[in-house]
Amino acid sequence: MSAVVKLSNVHKSFGTNKVLDGVSFEVGRGEVAAVIGQSGSGKSTALRCINALETIDGGTIDVCGHAVHDAKLDRRSLRRDVGIVFQSYNLFPHLTAEQNIMLAPSCVKKVSKSEARDLAHDVLRRVGLAEKAGHFPEQLSGGQQQRVAIARSLAMQPKLMLFDEVTSALDPQLTGEVLKVMEDLARGGMTMILVTHEMAFARKVASQVVYMHKGKVWETGPGSMLDSPKTAELADFVGSGL
Amino acid sequence: MPGFSLVHLEFLGWAAMWTLGLSAIAFVGGGLVGFAVALMRISPIRWVRYAAIAYIQVVQGTPLLILLFLIYFGIAIVGFQEVPALIAAGIGLTIYSSGFLAEIWRGCLQSVPKTQWEAAECLALTPWQRMTRVILPQAMRIATPPTVGFLVQIVKNTSLASVVGFVELAQAGKLINNSIFEPFTVFMVVAAIYFAICFPLSTWSRRLERKLNVSRR
Repeated sequence: MSAVVKLSNVHKSFGTNKVLDGVSFEVGRGEVAAVIGQSGSGKSTALRCINALETIDGGTIDVCGHAVHDAKLDRRSLRRDVGIVFQSYNLFPHLTAEQNIMLAPSCVKKVSKSEARDLAHDVLRRVGLAEKAGHFPEQLSGGQQQRVAIARSLAMQPKLMLFDEVTSALDPQLTGEVLKVMEDLARGGMTMILVTHEMAFARKVASQVVYMHKGKVWETGPGSMLDSPKTAELADFVGSGL
Repeated sequence: MPGFSLVHLEFLGWAAMWTLGLSAIAFVGGGLVGFAVALMRISPIRWVRYAAIAYIQVVQGTPLLILLFLIYFGIAIVGFQEVPALIAAGIGLTIYSSGFLAEIWRGCLQSVPKTQWEAAECLALTPWQRMTRVILPQAMRIATPPTVGFLVQIVKNTSLASVVGFVELAQAGKLINNSIFEPFTVFMVVAAIYFAICFPLSTWSRRLERKLNVSRR
């Protein structure tokens, strides 16, 4: 299995605060990796480093053949391969759902307007929102906005998708509809890394769970490791989540 | 001695056209320079940012009156004997308004949440596409009221151009008063004309703001 993402001994500090302290893990093609851990454990930072939203202080990150740690990294070509979905959706408020999705394909891939529109409707259908194409973000519920955000990323046909606590701002019902979309994606063979607090989802969907603690990968294994944690910290973390 | 007459009003009307013309030059020129400086002000490159900060500080810290003198006499020193008053006043007001518009627009650009910049970046948009397709449409909505508000300031500040010999509305009022000595009448009319120019601008600003907000819904 070829690794789509490989982090080796990644270090990152904000000022004197060491956020990532030698993080290493890899994710193979078609795998779904769930990164879990307490707030402040560095999991979101790790995810942002993969997409070069943060620069790292040491170590190497290889993503879809891009050397992300390299100062000469072509960020735009990296981002054509990597989609990211944020906790706060970050849809563009002045554009409709459809226009939000059409923007990148027409700007970056230079597809024609009608093609971009077909593409937008296609991905909106995949997230179950075909009828919301003409709606502005603020006319949509949080869950719908997040599904549009996922669709917007999908429209660029990424090789890897990152999800940064995408359901943390949603109530349980809306969380369910977003997780269902993500599960469909996983089943469709998309390589995904998700930072999440949804333990049940991680257990069910993830092929690999990465437990981070104090800036380190504390424990890693299949979803079932959540049922039989080896370290006291993970046991504690899983226990407190119940 | 003849009092205030239609001839005077006609003269004031003509002078008001120059006030409008000079305002337009100051706004367009100041807008172009100011936008460039605003972009420099948020540049990731440190020296570019500092250059913009220095420019803004110097311009904002200099009275427009002094700025106009400096340019009027400065151009003469550089070697141009006869500087048309319109050129000197136009350059002075352009510099003046660019310093303020740069700072107003810098604030508007930065008030677009950082997450919007990130989202655009993560979709592989170029910096230019990100600016024109994502950031500017949102920043313009925020920028409209303060910008038109500042436009009113520009209109009123063109009156200072009289010091370099430019005959605009205020200077025309002074000239008329010198001949008929009816200061209250004359300057009431002058004030009324300034108001007639500025009031629609403020009204327009409010309407624009409402419209832009509506289109978002």
